[in-house]
Amino acid sequence: MRNPLSDKVVEIQPSGIRKFFDIVSEMKDAISLGVGEPDFDTPWRIREEGIYTLEKGKTYYTSNSGLMELRKQISEYLVRRYGLDRYDPASEILITVGGSEAIDLAFRAMINPGEEVIIPQPCYVSYLPCAVLADAVPVTINLQEKNDFRLTPEELEAVITPKTKILVLAFPNNPTGAVMTKEDLEKIAKVVIEHDIFVVSDEIYSELTYGNAKHCSIASLPGMRERTIVINGFSKSHAMTGWRLGYACGPENIIRQMIKIHQFAIMCAPTNSQYAAVEALKNCEEEVEKMTVEYDQRRRFLLTRLREMDIQVFEPFGAFYIFPNISRFGLTSDEFATRFLKEYKVAVVPGTAFGDCGEGFVRMSYASSLANLKEAMERMEQFIKTL
Amino acid sequence: MREAILTAIEKNSRIDIADLAAMLGASEVDVANEIAEMEKEHIICGYHTIINWDKTGDEKVSALIEVKVTPQRGMGFDAIAERIYNFSEVTSLYLMSGGFDFTVFIEGKTMKSVAKFVAEKLSPMEAVLSCSTHFVLKKYKDHGTAIEEEKLDERMQVSP
Repeated sequence: MRNPLSDKVVEIQPSGIRKFFDIVSEMKDAISLGVGEPDFDTPWRIREEGIYTLEKGKTYYTSNSGLMELRKQISEYLVRRYGLDRYDPASEILITVGGSEAIDLAFRAMINPGEEVIIPQPCYVSYLPCAVLADAVPVTINLQEKNDFRLTPEELEAVITPKTKILVLAFPNNPTGAVMTKEDLEKIAKVVIEHDIFVVSDEIYSELTYGNAKHCSIASLPGMRERTIVINGFSKSHAMTGWRLGYACGPENIIRQMIKIHQFAIMCAPTNSQYAAVEALKNCEEEVEKMTVEYDQRRRFLLTRLREMDIQVFEPFGAFYIFPNISRFGLTSDEFATRFLKEYKVAVVPGTAFGDCGEGFVRMSYASSLANLKEAMERMEQFIKTL
Repeated sequence: MREAILTAIEKNSRIDIADLAAMLGASEVDVANEIAEMEKEHIICGYHTIINWDKTGDEKVSALIEVKVTPQRGMGFDAIAERIYNFSEVTSLYLMSGGFDFTVFIEGKTMKSVAKFVAEKLSPMEAVLSCSTHFVLKKYKDHGTAIEEEKLDERMQVSP
């Protein structure tokens, strides 16, 4: 029989998180700080709206780009919350099946074979494989702890070639918790415009910033709107991961091509989720605020405890992750995480799952109860004494 | 900082001061002092425990009583309220807008004892015009806490 498989797909490595998942799922009583989704249930009024629309029989396809009412709400929300120039709900917004679909669509709509996509790492696991699947050549940048894992214009300049097409920006960042300020982004925007490249900006954690850090979208900077695809969604902000709902906003010429792929591959995002999301944007600011306050308290708690243990860790101001440096214990990230799990039953994710430059770090998620975090830190203290 | 402390301890008054301080990014001493101050100022009026008595051997009966009264000259409702809330059986007392004046929450060992309290103490008060007693059959949520079994964390244990 002939080989039934595509070489391109076979060559893609499965996510490094997979292996960990398999070990943890064997241990039922482990405390997991390895979870990349909120521990809150979706606010009840959103769930209730979902139930109501099911009762009303709103169970049909929506238009390919999504419910008009939802696109209008998104358009207003982005103006209100992040000062973005109004995106036209009719032609510049596309509702997708989670932010992940939007990433895939953006790459596929913009890349010609051999063009390069710049991916600063450590980062979420899907940019690189999605770029490869879109026939791009991924070019990674190793972000530095000394820069608080922000991208610098020098780092960007150093990897730009005539083939560079897209820069991926993902701030607030998973797994580091890093954020980029308006000033940081202005420097990046300058380089981007100078070299005439585009930005895919994954802003899924935009609602989760702490202290004085306020999220800034690079698309809000002069000259950037026409060369940026903004990706966002409801999973993290409204604790709606399982509803699978995200969106992409950008210039009409790109969005139109993205809609084409979406139309043939997906048809439309889940109708029920779209109705629920309308409620999320209309009436849930207070609920989002409450969750953010709680994440912030847990963030400070972890930061304080880790520093008490003399562990080197930069203060994250976004998302719900903290990314301590564990290199001084003489173990690789993978060894550290594996032993911590097997010996002390606490799951953290090795930094290497998010790119080779994550070596020496582990990701801890504080989307977990304070009681869990406290117990995990106590076990960590015992664990590092043995190293 | 006060608001942050209150929001945190309203949900969990047993939280460790050290943990609370870490969560708020403040020193333990400052947090402890602030709490002591607020206790003194009666911003924090007490610490209670939410108990599901149904799960214990103890029988408890609670009732909500709507009370209409005639306010007293020069004193308004406060003097009557005081006469009512001083009874140890009264767990909560609110002055209401609308069709009646006071909501009185009563807790007793038996239905009989609650009925007796209403008949012998509350109704006969001079200012009280009428009482309408409603017994609580089941508590679903109390002080913002759902009285239910703890929910399991159903998330995948590790995800990207």
